Amino acid sequence: MSRPASRGPGLAIAALALTGLAACGSGEPAAVGASAPAEPGKITVAASDTECRPAVTEVPAGTTTFAITNGGSKVTEFYVYAPGDRVMAEVENIVPGLTRDLIAELPAGTYETACKPGMVGKGIRNPLKVTGEHKPLTADAKLARATADYKRYVKSQTGTLLVKTEEFVDAVKAGDIEQAKALYPVSRTYWERIEPVAEIFGDLDPAIDAREADLAEGEEWTGFHRIEKDLWITKDVRGDGPIADKLLADVKTIVAKANATELTPLNLANGAKELLDEVATGKITGEEDIWSHTDLWDFDANLEGSKAAVQALRPVLEERAPDLVKTLDERFAAAEAALAAHQRGDGWRPHDELSKAELKKLSDAINALGEPISGIAPIVAK
Amino acid sequence: MGNGNRPPAGTRGPSEGRMSRRKLFGFGAAGVAAAGAGALATRSLVEEPPAALAVDHVSTPVPFYGEHQAGIVTPAQDRLHFVAFDVVTDKRAELVELLREWTAAAARLTQGREAGASGAAGGPPEAAPDDTGEALDLPASALTLTVGFGPSLFDDRFGLADRRPAALADLPKFPGEHLVPEISGGDICVQACAHDPQVAVHAVRNLARIGFGRVSVRWSQLGFGRTSSTSRAQATPRNLMGFKDGTNNLKLEDDRLLREHLWARGGDWMAGGTYLVTRKIRMTIETWDRTSLAEQEAIFGRDKRAGAPLGRKAEFDPPDFAAKGPDGKPYIAPDAHIRLAHPSSNGDAHLLRRGYNYVDGSDGLGRLDAGLFFMAYQRDPRTQFVPVQMALAKRDPLNEYIKHVSSGLFACPPGVRDAGDHWGRALFA
Repeated sequence: MSRPASRGPGLAIAALALTGLAACGSGEPAAVGASAPAEPGKITVAASDTECRPAVTEVPAGTTTFAITNGGSKVTEFYVYAPGDRVMAEVENIVPGLTRDLIAELPAGTYETACKPGMVGKGIRNPLKVTGEHKPLTADAKLARATADYKRYVKSQTGTLLVKTEEFVDAVKAGDIEQAKALYPVSRTYWERIEPVAEIFGDLDPAIDAREADLAEGEEWTGFHRIEKDLWITKDVRGDGPIADKLLADVKTIVAKANATELTPLNLANGAKELLDEVATGKITGEEDIWSHTDLWDFDANLEGSKAAVQALRPVLEERAPDLVKTLDERFAAAEAALAAHQRGDGWRPHDELSKAELKKLSDAINALGEPISGIAPIVAK
Repeated sequence: MGNGNRPPAGTRGPSEGRMSRRKLFGFGAAGVAAAGAGALATRSLVEEPPAALAVDHVSTPVPFYGEHQAGIVTPAQDRLHFVAFDVVTDKRAELVELLREWTAAAARLTQGREAGASGAAGGPPEAAPDDTGEALDLPASALTLTVGFGPSLFDDRFGLADRRPAALADLPKFPGEHLVPEISGGDICVQACAHDPQVAVHAVRNLARIGFGRVSVRWSQLGFGRTSSTSRAQATPRNLMGFKDGTNNLKLEDDRLLREHLWARGGDWMAGGTYLVTRKIRMTIETWDRTSLAEQEAIFGRDKRAGAPLGRKAEFDPPDFAAKGPDGKPYIAPDAHIRLAHPSSNGDAHLLRRGYNYVDGSDGLGRLDAGLFFMAYQRDPRTQFVPVQMALAKRDPLNEYIKHVSSGLFACPPGVRDAGDHWGRALFA
C-alpha cells in the first residue's frame, strides 16, 4: 500500500457517486459452465497451453461475443488489444476445461487477440480485423470512452480479485500453508493493478494492505501482510481464520464500491502515476512483501495497471500529444523488458535474490517511465 | 509567477541576510588563518594583485558562455555537488537531444533562473512543475556547471570510438588504491559549484530529472569546503588534515602556465577543453589527529599554521629542497608530500586542483567518513596527474592515513559559445 501521508489528490478526488452496479456491456464474465457448444453469433476461441485460435480473423464493427474454451492444463486469460496493447476487453481466470464468454465493443480497426496460459507474459497473439461503419468520437466522447474503458478494466480485475482472494482465504482457513503461499502473490496481483481506485476508500485500503511498519502503536493489524507474516515467519495460521474472513469481507466491500465509483480522465492519469510511485517506493526497495519477497509480482501488477490506465487515455493522447505517446510506448516496453528478465516459471524471482545492480536497472526503467507519465495529467486536463 | 526568474543579482531583500552570513563565514575563515592572510600580503608586494576580481560575491552570476567552460579557472566556490551519469539510452540522437536540453537548463540555472520555462510554480496546476523549487529566492551564488565525458562514452554505442582523445587514456592502477566501482567512472560528469550548497544540489537534481530515461545517476558527491584556491585573490584553504592545500596550484592569473598545462590544443573537438581527474580520498582522520605536530609537518613538508615550506618563512616562499637543517638532514624530507608532488620532481607537471573536503556522515565504527574529493584539471593526465600520483602512491608517508576509494577521468570540452551552441556539439558533429 502507499503510505497514507503520501496519498495525493490522485483518484481520491473522484466524485464518489455510488451509482450501483450498472453493467457496462463488455468485460462481463458470463456463464461459467462446462464447455457449452458455441451459440450462434459467438466467436469460439480454442485455447490451450500452446495455442489460441479464434474461429475467425475478421469481425464486423460493433458488439462481438467471444466464447473461450480452455482445453489446456493451465489457467488462462483472453484479451482483445488495440494498438499499443490497449485492452479493449478481457476475461481472466479461465480454468482448464471451462468456457467463458467475453463481450467486446470494437470499432473498425486492427486488433490482436491473446491467450495467456499461466496468466503471465505477452500471451499467444493473433491479428483480428474489424471492418464496417465507425463514427469518430468527439473530444469529450473520447474522454468519456477512456473512463468507460478503464472502468471495464477495473470491473474485470475486481471480479478476479474476489475469486482469487476467496481461494487464498480458503487455503489459509484450511491450514494449507503451501497452497496459501502459492496463492498469496496471485491474489495480490489483481489488487495491485487497481490499487489507486481502492485507495479512494481510505480506511479500507489499510485494513486490506497495511504493512506492519505502517501501524501506529496499539493499532489493529489485519489484511494480506498479517497473513503473509504468519505464512512465512511463524509458519502457523491456525489463529488466522477471523483475519482471513475479514480480509475477504473487506475485499468484497471495496470491490462493490470500486465498481460503483465514477472516475474522471484526470483520475486515470494520476492513478497511472501513483502506481509507478508505488513501484518506486515499495517494490524496488522490497518493503512491500518483506517476508514473502514476492515484490516483483506486485511490481508487474502495478506496471500493468498503470499501462491499462494510460492505454484507456490513448485515443485522447494520440490526438493531443503524439510525441508523448511514442515516448510512453518506448518506455513501457523498456520497463516491461527490464522486469521480464526476472521472470521465473509462471512467476517472478524473489526480491532478495536480485543484486543491487539488477535493482538499479529496474529503478532506472521506472524513473524513465515516471517522468513522461507525470506529463499526462495536464494534457487530459486541458 | 511564471517568468521563471529568481531575483536578479543585487536584489535587496530576503537574500541579503544570506549574503551577509556568507560573507561573515568567508572572511571569518580567512581571519582565522591569520598567518595565511599575512603571507598573501607579503606576496602582493611581489606580484600585482588582480584588484578587479570580486571572487566571493554570492549574488553575481558567472557567465555561462565563453571560450572555456566556467567552473575551471573560475575562483573556486565554497560548495560542490559532483555527479557522474551512465547513459542508459542506446540512441545517439536521444543523447544529443539531452545535451541540448541540459545546456539550455544550465544556461538558465547558472544565471539564477529556474530550470524550465514555467518554473516551480508557474505551470498548470495539474502538471508537475518543471523546476523543483528549492532554489527559489536564492541568488545565483556563482553557480557553475561544468560537463565532462568519460572514457566509457567512447565505446561502440554512439559511434564515438574513433573520437576518443589520446589523452583520455585509462588511468593505470596505482599501488594501494581501493577503488569501489559503483562510485567510480561514469559516461558523463557534471561538476556543480556554488557558494550555496542548496543551489548546487538544486542544479544537479534538476539535470538528473531532465535526464531520466536517457541517463541514470551512477554516483554523486557533495563537498563542503574548497581545498584549493584558483585565483591569487583567494586565500589558501585547508584540508581536513588541517594543512593548507593548493598553495602551489595553477591559478587563473597564470596565463602562460594555463596555456601550457591546462587547455587542450589542436584542431579537434577538445581544443580549448581540458581533462579532469577525480579521486575520492578517504582519510582516517582519527589516527592522523593522534600524530605529533612534528610528524604531521614532516609528512607534508610544510609548517602547519603558516603553510610555509619547512625551512622557509611564508606560505608562498618557494620550497628549497636542497636546504639542510643544523642536523645535516634536509628540512624537507626526501619523501615529504610537497617534494613528491612538486613540478620539479615530476618533469614540470602542473595541475589545476579544485578539490573539496567531504564528510559523508560516519562509518558505523565510530569514525567520521571523511576526506578529500580531489579534482584536478590538466592538458594531459598521462604526463601530469599520472606521474605525480604514481610517485605519491609509491612513497608518500601520507598513504598511512588515506585511501583512494573512487576514481574518475573526464574530457571536458571547450565552452559553449552562445545559445545556438551546446555541450558536446563538436564531439557529435
